[in-house]
Amino acid sequence: MPEIRVSTHSVPSEVPVGDSQPAQQGAAPADISAMRKFLLSRSDSALTDRLFHWLMVLCALSIFVIVALIAWRLVVSSELTWHKFGLGFFYKTFVDPVTGNPQYWDPVNEHFSALPFVFGTLVSSLLALIIAVPLGVGLAIFMTEMCPKALRGPIAFLTELLAAIPSIIYGLWAVFVLVPLLREHVNPILVTLLGWTGLASDDNPTGLGFFAAGVILSIMILPIISSLTREVMSAVPHSQREAVLALGATRWEMIRMGVLRNARIGIVGGIILGLGRALGETMAVTMVIGNTPEIHKSILSNGTSMAAVIANEFSEAVSDVHRSALIEIGLALFIVTIIVNAIAQLLVWAVTRGTPSQAH
Amino acid sequence: MSAEKFVFRSRMRTLTDHAVTALSIGATVVVVIPLVAIFIYLLIKGVSSLNLDFFTKLPAPVGESGGGMANSIVGSGVLLAIASAMGVPIGIAAGIYLAEFGRGTKFANAVRFTADVLNGVPSIVMGLAIYSLVVVPQGRFSALSGGIALGIMMIPTVCRTTEEMLLLVPHAVREAALGLGVPNWRSVLSITVKTASSGIITGCMLAFARVAGETAPLLFTAFGNPFMTTSLNQPIEALPLQIYVYANSPYDDWHRLAWAGALVLILLIVIAVSLVRYVTSRGVLKGAS
Repeated sequence: MPEIRVSTHSVPSEVPVGDSQPAQQGAAPADISAMRKFLLSRSDSALTDRLFHWLMVLCALSIFVIVALIAWRLVVSSELTWHKFGLGFFYKTFVDPVTGNPQYWDPVNEHFSALPFVFGTLVSSLLALIIAVPLGVGLAIFMTEMCPKALRGPIAFLTELLAAIPSIIYGLWAVFVLVPLLREHVNPILVTLLGWTGLASDDNPTGLGFFAAGVILSIMILPIISSLTREVMSAVPHSQREAVLALGATRWEMIRMGVLRNARIGIVGGIILGLGRALGETMAVTMVIGNTPEIHKSILSNGTSMAAVIANEFSEAVSDVHRSALIEIGLALFIVTIIVNAIAQLLVWAVTRGTPSQAH
Repeated sequence: MSAEKFVFRSRMRTLTDHAVTALSIGATVVVVIPLVAIFIYLLIKGVSSLNLDFFTKLPAPVGESGGGMANSIVGSGVLLAIASAMGVPIGIAAGIYLAEFGRGTKFANAVRFTADVLNGVPSIVMGLAIYSLVVVPQGRFSALSGGIALGIMMIPTVCRTTEEMLLLVPHAVREAALGLGVPNWRSVLSITVKTASSGIITGCMLAFARVAGETAPLLFTAFGNPFMTTSLNQPIEALPLQIYVYANSPYDDWHRLAWAGALVLILLIVIAVSLVRYVTSRGVLKGAS
């Protein structure tokens, strides 16, 4: 018997209304009231008021300046590599003259290609999403639709903590606990299950690699995915749930038709936000991915990622080209995360604040 | 539809419903396990290696046992002080702008969006940018550059929480202040901001706790330093940096210290997060509205 909820407040439109801006609901209007405008116009401290106003504007402006400075410095410092390799930096491979094997990253002969790093970042982030999305959405469904009230607080607190644990502590735990666990118990199972496809081969005895990185990343992005999913799911008006239940739906049918269908855009936004975090994650990945600039089909083999190679090599890079190549990888990471985060923000806004055009 | 078919379908529907319930409970359990595992492991490993030496002694040279992380604790303190001195005022001021002056304007929307972008910039990229903005002109790794990197990372969190907290303050409070003839700047600072102050402080603590554990932006800014220093112009050690180096080392003694450092770091963060939760659940502004 599904739990029946009676909505305590009526929601005026079909657009789900979020509670991210409580001031907009109730008595207080969003913009400055006529009363306040009048009172402000009578103020006799116009100069100090104006100074204060501009000081605040300046601080708000500084956020723009910081982002612009970051972008500008990254572009300028990576010019060298850009001129030398062009766009091929991200997809070309070099052939080793002695062995004839493909070579990607050779600081000694100044041959640089970011291909293995892009590959590693994509593979580990995708693995993380594959693991984290079902769990995160499952957790959100449990918490919004099924969880007894007494449990909701503690679980929310735990996931908040999970989000607040620093990357380095995840890394430490992964190196000493997760990797041995995967090596002894999980990887052999994967080899027997997926061995025939070549996606999991047992030629890496360390337990490090793409899969370990994907698992630790999935634990790290879970809180983001589940908390955003929870937010958009609670933004769906109760009338939607009640309507579906009134037609005789079971609880799952109510969740599927009444909640998930309405919240799907926001959920995708949350997943993309999680992806954005996974792409740029550095320390935990660096500690478990194995740090070898190679491309392998097997998810159990060693690899490296864009963030990891910067963390490992930047302070030891001696040549200008090497340093510039690493900064260009950083620039690519910067651009990709900006795009990914922007898309995610727009999708989440679309659900929690009405359509994006109404947000302005 | 025949009767059997109907019974079968309704049974299938109930079954699916139960299956989904079980699956989402399962998902919750699977999510909670790693967290509990991390905490228990951290407590066991950390408590057993935490002692007074950890807080008072410098790191021991390779091969000698004992030693502590006094230099990294002091270093983290210095870095966080610089970061807060920079990130908190700018963040709060930007938040005040968004909530009090720019509400609904295009510029405010752009600022809000840029703050979210800044929040999403990978920390390693922040390290690279500060390296070429501060370290290269200065000619050396320094505490100052590390502090600036962390300070910039604090701004978006502080700014957005300040804005959200200020939006909770009812308009009547502002109008009452203005109606008494208080100038707008004073009304904002001593009425609106003060009403929301506990929320703003928790936002700052959250940002503080977040950057306290950051390692990646310090790798090529603060760089690390095995000696005690408080000079802003010298490389400086930080707790997460030290944990990283020790975790990657082959020595058991250093691993022990890394766990102890991780425990100290996580305690700091748990305290901050619990405080935030306590203050927000108490309803900061219930008395005001």
